[in-house]
Amino acid sequence: MAISKEEVQHVAHLARLEFSEEDLERFTRELSSILDYVAKLSEVDTSGVEPTYNALRLTNRFREDQTRSSFPPEEILANAPEREGTSFVVPRVIRS
Amino acid sequence: MSFESLLTLRERLRRREISAEELTRYYLERIERLDPRLRAYITVTPDQALSAAREADRRLAAGEDLPLLGLPVAIKDNICTRGIRTTCASKILENFVPPYDATVVERLKAAGAVLLGKTNLDEFAMGSSTENSTFFPTRNPWDLERVPGGSSGGSAAAVAADLCAASLGSDTGGSIRQPASFCGVVGFKPTYGRVSRYGLVAFASSLDQIGPLTRTVADAALVLQVIGGPDERDSTSWPEPQPDYLEALKAPVEGMKLGLVREAFGEGLSEEVRSVVEEAFRALKDLGCELREVSLPHMEYALAAYYIIAPAEASSNLARYDGVKYGFRAEGRDLLEMYKKTRSEGFGPEVKRRIMLGTYALSAGYYEAFYRKASQVRTLIRRDFEVAFREVDLLLLPASPTPAFRLGEKTDDPLQMYLSDIYTIPVNLAGLPGLSLPVGLAEGKLPVGLQVIGPQLADDRVLALAHHLERALALELKPPLE
Repeated sequence: MAISKEEVQHVAHLARLEFSEEDLERFTRELSSILDYVAKLSEVDTSGVEPTYNALRLTNRFREDQTRSSFPPEEILANAPEREGTSFVVPRVIRS
Repeated sequence: MSFESLLTLRERLRRREISAEELTRYYLERIERLDPRLRAYITVTPDQALSAAREADRRLAAGEDLPLLGLPVAIKDNICTRGIRTTCASKILENFVPPYDATVVERLKAAGAVLLGKTNLDEFAMGSSTENSTFFPTRNPWDLERVPGGSSGGSAAAVAADLCAASLGSDTGGSIRQPASFCGVVGFKPTYGRVSRYGLVAFASSLDQIGPLTRTVADAALVLQVIGGPDERDSTSWPEPQPDYLEALKAPVEGMKLGLVREAFGEGLSEEVRSVVEEAFRALKDLGCELREVSLPHMEYALAAYYIIAPAEASSNLARYDGVKYGFRAEGRDLLEMYKKTRSEGFGPEVKRRIMLGTYALSAGYYEAFYRKASQVRTLIRRDFEVAFREVDLLLLPASPTPAFRLGEKTDDPLQMYLSDIYTIPVNLAGLPGLSLPVGLAEGKLPVGLQVIGPQLADDRVLALAHHLERALALELKPPLE
């Protein structure tokens, strides 16, 4: 199943990735060959077959709704690439 | 004390023949001497290990009896360790220091284990050779020109070369069993849900499972006993208590019905692997097991289903790496540019390939054709196993179609690399327990693993059969390193 360079570019945007022209060509080629391979799934008759999303078929389990302490802000912020006080810093989102 | 099992070392510690500190120094010395060639570890923590060992010695002297007291272990570097960096072998997490321990790490520490360090892997556990690590490839202790398998290649190589007494890996499509097979150690992926995934950096959540890599089957039972069992922090963990795995090893295997999976013994299986596993079949017959052929008719579609389902889940799980809260960040003029640059520079090629594949499969217009279809095929694969297990107690197939391949041999062709997991992937799709046991050397040089697969929650039965076979074969596997 062929995938076009434009489609790859669109998917890259959705995935928040970007590629150089050279990488784009390579990824287009590789993704096409992998999609060719997975196309064999269409040989299988799956009419009326329920999909499996969890092999153990566990239903949701709930714990008691109790308040409990979480990590102190200092520990959570310790890994931040950029911080100010108790906040993560990101590039400006709202345009002036 | 070289190349001894956890259980033997535990006895020696209890009898005070050796101290935990001596044992830890033994491994640290071997790491220092051999790891520059093998590169099994990303991070070694000698200071913490020695201080934990001294604490273990105090507790041993006080007569305390804990399952792993004083035993040095290594952890795959996608499992969170409080205060020790956890990189997933990725640039994007190069400097990440978790503020908490994964449940399995918490349980290892509570059982008295000594943590030696964090082992190398394919970036975010995506790969079959540990060549996709951002930092360096790990080498196979049996032949330094060959790969140790992946993605738990560091953990497998560390056990095989006796750079730790046991290690933990994670298995999404075979990432414990395939490297165990390539390196000649025992690798066990328990039933999905038997071991908590809390603190395992998620790759494909419905398939991921943590498990032990050890020198013997009994050691695997011991480690699983410690790390397994329900955990309220993982809603997919199996709520029932686990059986006593060590006790279960004593169960007789005479009269067991074992199924040889027809589809795994045809085209694609190398002759060298076939002849070694056939030797093991003879040993099983001598143990009184009955071998018969069974079929998994949808097995040939497992790889295709996996390469939709796993990347789809990965694309969602890896959305959190955006350069805001932790990890690497690249500068951008606005938020979108920052996200794109961060992710493009932070992730390696295989991770990007899978994110792209997953995003594509989940995107508007393709969801039904890909993700839903693959999940339906997953149902058929699960049913094939259920049918087979009506006829037999356990299934047998090789862990990998070939012995360890050479570094660089498959890096240019993603599909060829994916094919190396063809015998392990169906097990993850069906959530079953699977163990790879070394059963011999191909052409006298490279280890070959036989895979034992059980029905869901029959982890104890898998361990029992493997334990009896291991004793019958009585192999002494020591790579030619020194």
